[in-house]
Amino acid sequence: MVWVVIAAFNEAATIGTVVKDLADHGYKNVIVVDDGSQDATSKAAKEAGAVTLTHGVNRGQGAALQTGIEYATTKNPDVIVTFDADGQHRPEDIQAVVKPVKEGKAQIAFGSRFLGKSDVPLLRKILLKAGIALVWIFYGVKMTDAHNGLRAFSPEAAENLNLRSDRMGHASEIIEWVRREKIPYMEVPVVIKYHTSRQGHGSYLQAVRVFVDMVWRKLTQ
Amino acid sequence: MISIIQVIAVVFGLFAWSRAWLRWKGREITIGEFFFWSFCWLALILVAFFPQKSPYFANILGIQRGVDIFVYLGVTLLFYLVFRMYVRMEKMEQALTKIVRELAKK
Repeated sequence: MVWVVIAAFNEAATIGTVVKDLADHGYKNVIVVDDGSQDATSKAAKEAGAVTLTHGVNRGQGAALQTGIEYATTKNPDVIVTFDADGQHRPEDIQAVVKPVKEGKAQIAFGSRFLGKSDVPLLRKILLKAGIALVWIFYGVKMTDAHNGLRAFSPEAAENLNLRSDRMGHASEIIEWVRREKIPYMEVPVVIKYHTSRQGHGSYLQAVRVFVDMVWRKLTQ
Repeated sequence: MISIIQVIAVVFGLFAWSRAWLRWKGREITIGEFFFWSFCWLALILVAFFPQKSPYFANILGIQRGVDIFVYLGVTLLFYLVFRMYVRMEKMEQALTKIVRELAKK
């Protein structure tokens, strides 16, 4: 059984559609972690049929994912998938990340937009490539996409995961952990949808935060 | 002749020392921390009173000007305190996340 974990912060506008879309594609086991949202994220997720966990105060995407993954491990899952709340990911790509984990080829499968046919805007491409370069320099791991929220974990990997980066640094922390623990991983092509109205300046700001979090974590760990 | 800076340094040193004393009395800091702060503020008061003696201590440490010793030690102390605060804050952040997580999973 596949369990999908979504970290959501002020995503009332999109979370309902995302959860319903997942259900339409056969993914009915969805955990939404409402990370202290000010809007009706929890309500929208619950109404759409997701199991909803609520953080009393905002702790960041990394913290919310860890909460959701920990909860999912108690449900006897075959695979745990992390999925973004803003409608960027396609439910049909879940199959691609789940497959290598189910077949035992990898314990973690990372979705990669650069292996797939995503039409990545130029500025975003530059930022993402810079992130990839940093992951390579800091951790010695060559990824084609270091900050993609669509991933699949085997139950064993999920149980051992202990994210300490509460905020955006979790993506690089997972890669560092994979390298340190020599966990077998794979990258699989997925598509990121960039046509949503959410892809404004805010997402670039988020990319900058990811970068700052990465450098800060490296300096202070 | 007593200069204004000497008066300010002594008044501030006494004020800061009294704060440390009150924190210790209120059991908010340990006796070790109280001694540490007492040493810092007493040193400030002594140097303010006897500025002519400060080059002597500075020279022992290999520093030429008396006032430089304060700048060097002050910056070092600040760095150390920022580091300690950072570590403490990180610990608190982790603890907060743990509490929030456990409550969410219930």
